[in-house]
Amino acid sequence: MSLKNRSTFFTDREGANPRSLRGKIDKLSSCFLAIASISSIFVVSTIAALLLYNFMKFCEQGFLPSILSDVWLPSKGEYGLLPFIAGTLWITAVAMTISLPLGFLTAIFMAEYIPRKMHSPIKSLIELLAGIPSVVYGMWGLMVLVPLVRDQLAPLIGGSLGKVFPLFRVNVNIGFSILAAGIVLSIMVLPIMISTSEEVMRAVPMEYREAALALGATRWQATKTVVLRLASPGIFAGIILSFCRAFGETMAVLMVAGNVITVPSSLFDPAYPLTALIANHLPEMISIPSYAYALLTAGFILFVVTFSFNVIARLVVRRLKRMGQ
Amino acid sequence: MLSSKSLKNLQHSRPSVQGKIVVENLNVYFGKHHVLKNLSIAIPDRQVTAIIGPSGCGKTTFLRSLNRMIELVDGAKVTGKVFLDGLNIYSPKVDSSDIRRRVGMVFQKPNPLPMSIYDNVAFGPRIHGIRNKKVLDKLVEESLKAAGLWDEVKNRLKDPAVSLSGGQQQRLCIARALAVNPEVLLMDEPTASLDPISSAKIESLIRELKRKYTIIVVTHNLQQAMRIADYVVFLFMGELIEHGAADEIFTSPRNTKTIEYLRGAFS
Repeated sequence: MSLKNRSTFFTDREGANPRSLRGKIDKLSSCFLAIASISSIFVVSTIAALLLYNFMKFCEQGFLPSILSDVWLPSKGEYGLLPFIAGTLWITAVAMTISLPLGFLTAIFMAEYIPRKMHSPIKSLIELLAGIPSVVYGMWGLMVLVPLVRDQLAPLIGGSLGKVFPLFRVNVNIGFSILAAGIVLSIMVLPIMISTSEEVMRAVPMEYREAALALGATRWQATKTVVLRLASPGIFAGIILSFCRAFGETMAVLMVAGNVITVPSSLFDPAYPLTALIANHLPEMISIPSYAYALLTAGFILFVVTFSFNVIARLVVRRLKRMGQ
Repeated sequence: MLSSKSLKNLQHSRPSVQGKIVVENLNVYFGKHHVLKNLSIAIPDRQVTAIIGPSGCGKTTFLRSLNRMIELVDGAKVTGKVFLDGLNIYSPKVDSSDIRRRVGMVFQKPNPLPMSIYDNVAFGPRIHGIRNKKVLDKLVEESLKAAGLWDEVKNRLKDPAVSLSGGQQQRLCIARALAVNPEVLLMDEPTASLDPISSAKIESLIRELKRKYTIIVVTHNLQQAMRIADYVVFLFMGELIEHGAADEIFTSPRNTKTIEYLRGAFS
């Protein structure tokens, strides 16, 4: 965040007389605001420092080369993180593949097409979706999706597409799979995707739509050439936000992914995402320092990826905004 | 022999008076609010028609019902007929985007799209399927010339439209409207947000454009109406009070409401 063009409380000497009550309250409030923001920055820095410290310890002990190995045997000092990294990437990819088009099209409908009377009930339904605890999504995945994948989707898709594309091949059919986890995740990130995209589309001033429509543009043409064009930075930011959410989600994924330590090669394979690794092994790590380093390195990877995606998002948004002018 | 039914249809599909735009029994409701009350009027071809009246009398609503932009307002309901060269624009068979291409619109606040000057003017032709660069170049040049903006912008067509001054932006919006080759140009207080010099330019542009286009201007400014209008429509509380040639209305209005309004009793 740039403070260059803003007056901060440190330099701002404008306002009420500092000796009056109003002035004192003014001063006090700016202090509180500063303390609040500094403390959140402090928390983030301590997390980053903790993760970085453990990552460095992990490297110091010479485990770094083993990160990309697929052997995970903590008792023998083998900390290959590849299966977990692969699991996280697979599941996130599936989740985004499903939620991206679905969320994007829903957002367009919600922002541009929906009759006014229908808007608020549907909006509250979508918000409700965002408020469901992730463990409930996990339960739903466990009770509904896992059997569905095992008994219906795997035989159906594996028997047809799976014969041609390895992506759909059924190697083990236990239902706990990348597909099940991906579907659960996609539903979890859908509300974020929809509300951020809808919000930015609605923020496009009406006068621009009118300009296009008055020239004889159809509603879709106005949406495509004006609204989407202007909203694209915000939509992109929403996609990144959903990506980071999907990437870091733990509970629901842990419940349906199967948690089998392999490098998956098909949608129907079980997987073991990084987040689940940390959550499941937390109790064991306390006694062995190198174990703790390995798990916190997994956390470090998650942190670095989400952090850099946020930075990239910021840069791209800034660029897109400039292009939109 | 025509059956009585088809005769009735025929009568219903043809306006009884002559004019570029003929309005018959037009009513507009916003929810329960009756905004325009049974307007019937013929707008002359290739003249400047000024719609005058106090605030909230329905001028803008009337203007927007002439190219179906009124349908964008949530809860708006329109009854009656508006004929454009004999075609009822509210007939279910008529495509609103087709009407809006033929009846262009310029808004109160200049609303150039956040793209280059060139792309703004080319926007309309492009959505109507013109892709050929040469054709677009020619259209852009012609439209900007017709809007009296060409000399000011010909060397900076790729600059963002928002870099223009307010008056230039409004002329750009006029150029953009002209680029789709409309027959009628609706203008909703086109000089309301401009300085006097820019307003004067727009006014002389309007007088220029009426040779080719039928122009309908909503204005809150009586002096402006006197300067540019050939024909005047006076609305009051959603009703059509008086209409006729500008000379007649301004020199010898018949209705007492018109007389009061022109005298400045209310605005």
